[in-house]
Amino acid sequence: RFVGSLGTIVIKCKDLRIIQLDIPGMEECLNIASSIEVLSTLDSVTLLYPFFYRPMFEVLEDGWRSFLPDQEFELLSSATDEWRLSCINKEFSVCPSYPPVVIVPKCITDEELRKVAMFRYGSRFPVLSYYHRKNGMIMMRSSQPLTGTNGRRCKEDEKLINASLRPAKRGYIIDTRSLNVAQQARAKGGGFEQEVHYPQWRRIHKGIERFNILQESLIKLVEACNDQSHNMDRWLSKLEASNWLTHVKEILTTACLAAQCIDREGASVLVHGTEGTDSTLQVTSLAQIILDPRCRTIRGFESLIVREWLQAGHPFQQRCAQSAYSNSKQKWEAPVFLLFLDCVWQILRQFPCSFEFNEQFLIMLFEHAYASQFGTFLGNNESERAKLKLPQKTMSLWSWVNRKEELSKFRNPIYEANSLVIWPAVAPQSLQLWAGVFLRWNRPSQYLEEAHEEMVKIINYNKELQERVKVLRRHLAEMEAAERAQGNL
Amino acid sequence: QVEQVKLLDRFSTSNKSVTGTLYLTATHLLFIDSSQKETWILHHHIAAVEKLPLTTSGCPLVIQCKNFRIVHFVVPRERDCHDIYNSLLQLSKTAKYEELYAFSYNPKQNESEQVKGWQLIDLAEEYKRMGVPNAYWQLSDANRDYKICETYPKELYVPRTASKPIIVGSSKFRSKGRFPVLSYYHKNKEAAICRCSQPLSGFSARCLEDEHMLQAISKANPSNRYMYVMDTRPKLNAMANRAAGKGYENEDNYSNIRFQFVGIENIHVMRSSLQKLLEVSGTRGLSVNDFLSGLENSGWLRHIKAVVDAAVFLVKAIAVESASVLVHCSDGWDRTSQVCSLGALLLDSYYRTIKGFMVLIEKDWISFGHKFSDRCCQLDGDPKEISPVFTQFLECVWNLTEQFPQAFEYNEVFLLQIHEHVHSCQFGNFLGNCEKEREELKVKEKTYSLWPFLLAEQKKYRNPLYNPDFLPELTLLEPNTVSFNFKFWRNMYHQFDRSMHPRQSVLNLIMNLSEQNKQLEEDIKELEAKIKQRNGQSDVVLVKENQQSAHPAPVALKTPPCFKKEQLPVPGNDAVRTIEGSNTADNRYSELVSEFSKAEPAVVSLEYGVARMTC
Repeated sequence: RFVGSLGTIVIKCKDLRIIQLDIPGMEECLNIASSIEVLSTLDSVTLLYPFFYRPMFEVLEDGWRSFLPDQEFELLSSATDEWRLSCINKEFSVCPSYPPVVIVPKCITDEELRKVAMFRYGSRFPVLSYYHRKNGMIMMRSSQPLTGTNGRRCKEDEKLINASLRPAKRGYIIDTRSLNVAQQARAKGGGFEQEVHYPQWRRIHKGIERFNILQESLIKLVEACNDQSHNMDRWLSKLEASNWLTHVKEILTTACLAAQCIDREGASVLVHGTEGTDSTLQVTSLAQIILDPRCRTIRGFESLIVREWLQAGHPFQQRCAQSAYSNSKQKWEAPVFLLFLDCVWQILRQFPCSFEFNEQFLIMLFEHAYASQFGTFLGNNESERAKLKLPQKTMSLWSWVNRKEELSKFRNPIYEANSLVIWPAVAPQSLQLWAGVFLRWNRPSQYLEEAHEEMVKIINYNKELQERVKVLRRHLAEMEAAERAQGNL
Repeated sequence: QVEQVKLLDRFSTSNKSVTGTLYLTATHLLFIDSSQKETWILHHHIAAVEKLPLTTSGCPLVIQCKNFRIVHFVVPRERDCHDIYNSLLQLSKTAKYEELYAFSYNPKQNESEQVKGWQLIDLAEEYKRMGVPNAYWQLSDANRDYKICETYPKELYVPRTASKPIIVGSSKFRSKGRFPVLSYYHKNKEAAICRCSQPLSGFSARCLEDEHMLQAISKANPSNRYMYVMDTRPKLNAMANRAAGKGYENEDNYSNIRFQFVGIENIHVMRSSLQKLLEVSGTRGLSVNDFLSGLENSGWLRHIKAVVDAAVFLVKAIAVESASVLVHCSDGWDRTSQVCSLGALLLDSYYRTIKGFMVLIEKDWISFGHKFSDRCCQLDGDPKEISPVFTQFLECVWNLTEQFPQAFEYNEVFLLQIHEHVHSCQFGNFLGNCEKEREELKVKEKTYSLWPFLLAEQKKYRNPLYNPDFLPELTLLEPNTVSFNFKFWRNMYHQFDRSMHPRQSVLNLIMNLSEQNKQLEEDIKELEAKIKQRNGQSDVVLVKENQQSAHPAPVALKTPPCFKKEQLPVPGNDAVRTIEGSNTADNRYSELVSEFSKAEPAVVSLEYGVARMTC
């Protein structure tokens, strides 16, 4: 992440910033460089900043306990009793990448779940991701079934998936791989559900890219954005070659598809790819943002990230290790979460009044996912986090963010709760490069910020005036009442 | 009138359509759908009508408009379709100016209003504002009766030292007689933007008067003795012109000039570039990469950037070096207009106000003879003369408004509205190709001026974030022209494709809020006055007021952020309303609430819609 030569250190940061330091002495320069090198590539998780960070603020609410599955289930059970909370994974014994408690259909026993887990990659059996209150349709997620080349079946798996449907209802299995890729997966023991064995379900394949393809895309995009000398043609062709916006479109389209199945078609949905820890989560979480107004509030969005990313076992530590400037090719590195945030930003831009949080909130999450003084994004799943004793030894990001002082920075001044489903446009003309992240250090933003301040000023002034009018009106009314009373006397 | 006509959604894949009735009037095409929604299309806006091969549901008819609207009708019977097609072809192509809409349009103004409307923009006043005539520059009557140059206005400003013979001589050496004249004068720097057409230099011709003319311009600038000559064409084009006896200035023949090419392409390149852009953006089920590579291949944004870059070069010469600049292209009415007007816009904050922008267009485009009629195809003419030169100028300005959100008094809607009327032929301003033609058409007597109408509804065009004191000391805008700052102008090219736009508009919201603020301020004044009046009447109330004013603070804290929904939940509110009778605020609130563009669930344009997958 740095290149040192002749007293100059170039530091390339994970938030895409590039800093150049000119240091007079050659030796000092080398020393500093090697120190930075060592300090920025610590091997052991327990030596990272979150383990030494001592907060300078008073902790009012422990973020580690802010979003518990029990609360989520309580909400669910107020709407339906077809689901139950299962503690089958208590010691992470069934599925290492799942949280200790998960929500499953009521009629499926833990014993049956164990069998289903054997049939799914990484033991990630289908669990409830979202319940659509409007029509009772649901969204589940899992990993791929281990059908292999000889088409293995699992009765319990079929039972579970069918049990999630109400009688005479249909469902869609959204496979986030193209049919080709899914077929190839069979050779390695994976595969997909045969429609004959799941008669009420239809399978749809949508190819969302993974891993190094995404990582290369990010690297290319950041390269293009950092070179200011590009002429127009070169810039556009570099932007195109990065494929970043294509990925954004793919993901948004698939999420819209899932949401459409649920809201428009009145069908339930099961989403999975291969592992069910990357593109699956992008789709399930974005679909919820489209469908559920609660996910567009600050609290609700935080809860969504905890549920659908942290607890669902998105391997943050592997995916968000180095960011765009890594020289060594990290096999597991991929900007899956950043792409998700980018998609949220695209929706936010199209519905600027429907989100309680603003762009800064998304950028903040991007930064903390890659490097943070908080323990929230450390580890690859709940089991690792438990082993590292993160809740005891580190501070949660939510403890910090959810304080009044901090929240005020992330609030959208023009938010107005919108209970509707919001359908984003996914035409290429409607998508934009996320300048707030990718051009953040390269473009003059002073005027934009000033304009934003002016906007906030207008809004606040409006509130103030409304208050004053109210007070004056009341006052006048009282005076008039008093006068009438006097007149009566 | 044809019934049972279907209007197809341009980008929907599921062939969704609305059925309704199509009418043709003398001036408009009108479509009323079953829910009584009306779509009006002015015949002059129609750029092309196309009949597609017959389908099972009827005969498809595609109408392309100059404001980038594309409508796709399906007419059940082929005969009807053919009739509509023929009538539209006739109606949309006009042979004579007198048949244009402007000559029949009657906005219910009386004569004095009409005259006043035309007087709204006074260019003599504008030159006075710039500071001319002065010790160096004077008004010349050389072009009285359009004797020297038919496409220039009558009143022209030239250096005092340029005598009439010099002017006449110089004009003979310039293409179409368009000799160097003043376009903008920068008071503080004493530097000028001048414009002209290319010299008839060929490979070696010289003209002493023309050389004198340029010298006069550079001498008219006391702060810098040399001047820039900007040829806005690519060097190759300019050199090719030499073979036809035209060309560019030879630095050796002119004293103290610095010659510079800036490479903006000609009208033909621009026309085909826009054509390509529209082809790409009109594709159904477009992928991101096809869009980006199409955008690149069209070259459109490259051209936009070239124009802005040229303007930035011009502005630097004036603002940094205090040097005067002479701008020309071939005939000096396309690229020259773009660069001069954009340069002035960057230099002078006046042109960033609503009125000032009108003045700028009147000056650099209308009066100096940008060929609006030919470029916008007002009459049925040579299709090779059509070119989106003015559209590009508006797009450059839009890009600047994106970079400097507080520097402009007007918003995007204003630019779009001007674009609409440049093509509508509804007002007289843009008719014809030059002042002389408009005079002959008696435009000022027979038609109306657009500007008073825009000014009357300027509320719609105001940028709520506008800050007149933006950059208080230097009014100069210095845009960043790195490629990524230029964006595809979706609201121009997809203005009528609703599915592509954000469902909620921050601009509208803020505009409404700042309007509301003004109203509230007035309400407060009114209420305060009433209270004061009453206070005079009784002392008892005064005591109450003091108690009252102690209270408001806690209320303010409790107000939820979604303030728009609350319909003043104050206990005393109803009483107030009944007492005051017609309270303006009440009506407005409900209006506002309904105006707030709520999220309307629209069908997502999925290439593989659910419908298709399930069948």
